Amino acid sequence: MRTRTTFDQALSELKEDILRMGFYVEESISQAVESLAKQDVSLAQSVIDGDVLIDNQETLIEDKCMKLIATQQPLAKDLRRIAAGLMITTDLERMADLACDIAKITRRIADQPLIKPLIDIPRMAEIAQKMVKESLDAYVREDVQLAISMAKDDDLVDSLHNQVFRELLVYMMENPKNINQATALLFASRHLERIADHATNIGERIVYLVTGERKELN
Amino acid sequence: MAPAKISVKDLNLYYGDFQALKNVNLEVEENQVTALIGPSGCGKSTFLRTLNRMNDLIEGVRVDGAILLDGRDIYRPEEDVVNLRKRVGMVFQRPNPFPMSVYDNIAYGPRIHGTRNKRKLDEIVEKSLRAAVLWDEVQDRLYKSALGLSGGQQQRVCIARLLAVEPEVLLMDEPTSALDPLATMKIEELIQVLKKEYTIIIVTHNMQQAARVSGVTAFFLSGDLIEYGNTETIFTKPTDQRTEDYITGRFG
Repeated sequence: MRTRTTFDQALSELKEDILRMGFYVEESISQAVESLAKQDVSLAQSVIDGDVLIDNQETLIEDKCMKLIATQQPLAKDLRRIAAGLMITTDLERMADLACDIAKITRRIADQPLIKPLIDIPRMAEIAQKMVKESLDAYVREDVQLAISMAKDDDLVDSLHNQVFRELLVYMMENPKNINQATALLFASRHLERIADHATNIGERIVYLVTGERKELN
Repeated sequence: MAPAKISVKDLNLYYGDFQALKNVNLEVEENQVTALIGPSGCGKSTFLRTLNRMNDLIEGVRVDGAILLDGRDIYRPEEDVVNLRKRVGMVFQRPNPFPMSVYDNIAYGPRIHGTRNKRKLDEIVEKSLRAAVLWDEVQDRLYKSALGLSGGQQQRVCIARLLAVEPEVLLMDEPTSALDPLATMKIEELIQVLKKEYTIIIVTHNMQQAARVSGVTAFFLSGDLIEYGNTETIFTKPTDQRTEDYITGRFG
């Protein structure tokens, strides 16, 4: 006999809401980096404008979680599921903000030629996006192994970030006129590195959701 | 773990042919609140009643195994059951004050146990009512019938009545199931105060109550003790799937 049909329905709805938010965020990151590499201001603007949708989705999910806590008295895995949902939502929202910040960088440096073609930053973005996607897959399937292996990629993003930093440092030392743009790009790189950290956090939430153990993933 | 006030060893209990408790082993910590949870008929109330031998009053009950209170088996033949029930008192689901004044309710036990001195009795009554956080509410009506009090107050009269005979262990069988939310909260607060001096074992069907008031939780199912441990762990990360199914309401 299924005794908590309504609650179970609400929980699976919550999962879909979080996934939907995740898709928006993936999209936002990918477009932000594309706008940066192609110096596409209107694409950047649409990322910035779209952030409100993600914020609304976060509010919606938070409200649903609060309501479930208040009315369903969740315990054990149900409780962990809702707590993990709230935390994952927070991580996703931060990622979206960082994507927005990257789009703002696009806007700021759009009127000047790039000091170099962007190679490592799009690579970082690719890995970070893959992490976000895998973290959401791991969440849907409650797949601890995938969550753990996904978080390992954070090392790649970190080392690319260091590489970008060293490279931009050289450009800045060569010509002080590069400092403005190089600093902007360095921030973009840093934002991507933070996005990967948030994906790692999501991995940790998933491990907690499934096993009840808190595990530092990277 | 704090020292064990009660150690239950290989406890089996039968109602005639029906085995209601199956080889239960459990240590009850001193000055701790232990919650017993489980679906109706799982044996939790039966288990509670074994702790002061209330089951002796039911016909056809057979118990084997041992229950050590401070290291001594309460089921040994020479145990003084009246004294046992003074040491291990019980609060029931429905408040059951005696149909007499608040004062006489509280003084009842001490009088039976031989206290006659009026001043001494006054002292016990006030102290017990204060300990049950009821004094302020009833000090002006000590000589009126306890039955005129609200349900929550009546339940606290029953607790004060227990405290008057200076017990060591308090058994509570769903002590708030007949009370409104406010009275329930008062009893729960009281439990927090009392646990400093008493060892408390509470049966409850309210998961949140068990989570709020207890430090240790035991989950019973069909007479078996399934899982026993730190309350926080049981309610956030139970080990046994049956515990998880029960506390998340997905039972059966």
